Amino acid sequence: MRHLLRRVGFYLVALWAAITFNFIIPRLMPGDPAEAYIARLQGQRVTRQELDAIRKLFGVNPNVPLWQQYLDYLNGLLHGNLGIATSQFPTTVIDVLKQSLPWTIGLVGAALIISFLVGTLIGMVIAWKRGSWYDTLVPPFFTFLSAVPYFWMALALVYVFGVGLNWFPTNGGYDVFNVNPGWNGDFILSVVQHAILPVITLVIGSLAGWVLTMRNTMITTLSEDYVVMAEAKGLSTRRIMMNYAARNAILPSITSFSISLGLVVSGALLTEIVFNYPGIGYALYQAVQGDDYALVEGCFLVIALAVLIANFLSELVYTLLDPRVRREGS
Amino acid sequence: MQTTNVTEEQIDPSSLLKSTKGSGRNIIGLLISNPKIGVGVGIVAFFVLVAIAAPLLTPYNPNASVVQGSLPPSPAHIFGTTGLGQDMFSQIVYGARVTLLIAFTAATGSTLLQVLFGLTSGYFAGVLGDTLNLIINVFLVLPGLPLTIVLASLASANAATNRNEIVIALVLLFTSWSYGARVLRAQTLSLKEREFVAAARATGENTVRLIFAEILPNEAALVAATFVGTFVYAVGAEVALEFLGLGNTSQASWGEILYWAQNNGALIVGKWWQFVPAGLCVALLCAGLTFINFGIDELANPRLRAEHPPRVRTSPGQKKNPEEASSAPLTEESIVNHE
Repeated sequence: MRHLLRRVGFYLVALWAAITFNFIIPRLMPGDPAEAYIARLQGQRVTRQELDAIRKLFGVNPNVPLWQQYLDYLNGLLHGNLGIATSQFPTTVIDVLKQSLPWTIGLVGAALIISFLVGTLIGMVIAWKRGSWYDTLVPPFFTFLSAVPYFWMALALVYVFGVGLNWFPTNGGYDVFNVNPGWNGDFILSVVQHAILPVITLVIGSLAGWVLTMRNTMITTLSEDYVVMAEAKGLSTRRIMMNYAARNAILPSITSFSISLGLVVSGALLTEIVFNYPGIGYALYQAVQGDDYALVEGCFLVIALAVLIANFLSELVYTLLDPRVRREGS
Repeated sequence: MQTTNVTEEQIDPSSLLKSTKGSGRNIIGLLISNPKIGVGVGIVAFFVLVAIAAPLLTPYNPNASVVQGSLPPSPAHIFGTTGLGQDMFSQIVYGARVTLLIAFTAATGSTLLQVLFGLTSGYFAGVLGDTLNLIINVFLVLPGLPLTIVLASLASANAATNRNEIVIALVLLFTSWSYGARVLRAQTLSLKEREFVAAARATGENTVRLIFAEILPNEAALVAATFVGTFVYAVGAEVALEFLGLGNTSQASWGEILYWAQNNGALIVGKWWQFVPAGLCVALLCAGLTFINFGIDELANPRLRAEHPPRVRTSPGQKKNPEEASSAPLTEESIVNHE
């Protein structure tokens, strides 16, 4: 229980750091969102009153002391007020995020589950067959795949399967022209079709991590005495592999989940941009293109929050799986 | 992009020394003895040479339009030309300079920060160590690329365009140091309990010397591995930032080539030569660096080497060694348990 409380405390500190970064970074830079917005108007004359009005609209006021701004900012966050997305005026940031988040969660979630299952299985098998030809060929191959930048993998898939073979749609989250969003079969089918290539991109990019982690820890557990004992008892290969070796080798995979999650989220951002997929990454891209700082910050905040929550959940799972952590923590 | 497996087990520096000293070989011998390191160093050296020798390799200015429009590869332009009619091969060759230089600068700075944070947070128990550890862990869980994008977009909007490379290098430095710092911290936690540190302390060496002259040299392999890992991350992130249009869009670099390929819709019209060479170069360079890391890892952790028979039995004495037993993966938990 004490262990759990410590972890909760840690994640609260991390969350506070993310929020504070978000507050401080733009304020360290010269200029403010109102000036950026006016710069986007390109040469149109703005009067003093108009500038003040725009400042008020965006909630920036150079006359208010910094600590007051910080408190207002925190208060705004608590009420879900993240300002206005200047690039999509007058939509609020929170509305843009609400529309985008489910797409990204779906994409990242599907990719993570598939690559974890497939990668761990491959790692398990090649560790078992260590020294065979595919153990010498498969890891370098996956290393190369993981070195390919996500967005470039996405571009290649679009080129081959989208443009060349025309098997899958390559643009957007669903067929905007022919189906209506909602719980109907056509929409769901369309969403799945549109998600196939982005998910494949993410799975290919993140597979190597799981394969190599699993292979390396599995090799270590395979030399343990209890595996030799199991073999001596004449247990079936399958049982030794799954119930004895893999079961004990899987823990580091769970812990590397947090690092891998960060990578997949980063990859998802870039993948979404290539596929014009309507998730957070695409919103972030549009915000960057449009100098929309409020939206850039909002995107970062929501990504940080999601990553922190997912990390915390993976730690909970780890605590459930590994009794040593529980005992030492309590 | 840091898919190094260096974190799986703490590297025991003495085993690395043993493997080199035992066979009595020099650095070149070491490279040949481990094929992964050999291949990796070869690939990286190739790109470095290409970047240095860029003016000798191509007659074209990378930014000059030499033909009308985007032509497919031909003997005159072996990688074809860009949408503006620039020679793609020159762009790749000169672009290697930008990517390598930014990534190298960022990785070097980041490694210094990693050493500073990792070693001091590991060496000092109590409030200082805990605080530094907290900072490391907070940076570790914050998503790196989104933070990089936020910083780069805000910074590049305000910086003069000709200083964009420095801004990107600084941003990458700032967002990439935490992972290596944690790895080094864990190793320092174990090293500071060894006799040689206690002996040095007893002879009255000051703390700075203890940390950087006694402990640091014993972590050299690990520092090298985290440097290479950070380099891989920096290359990928640098190309990604430029792909997003956050770099200097008028200068030839790998990310820029991909940015323009995407913006000109090169894919839709089937102009594959606009994005294939740059992407393959990034992939090849990162794979080369990753191989170096795997090689270092294998030297330090002999159980991972492929040439051994499938199941290596460790001698009982070796196994009961408490340090071996605690060489669990570098998790949040194992670090907590150390304390």
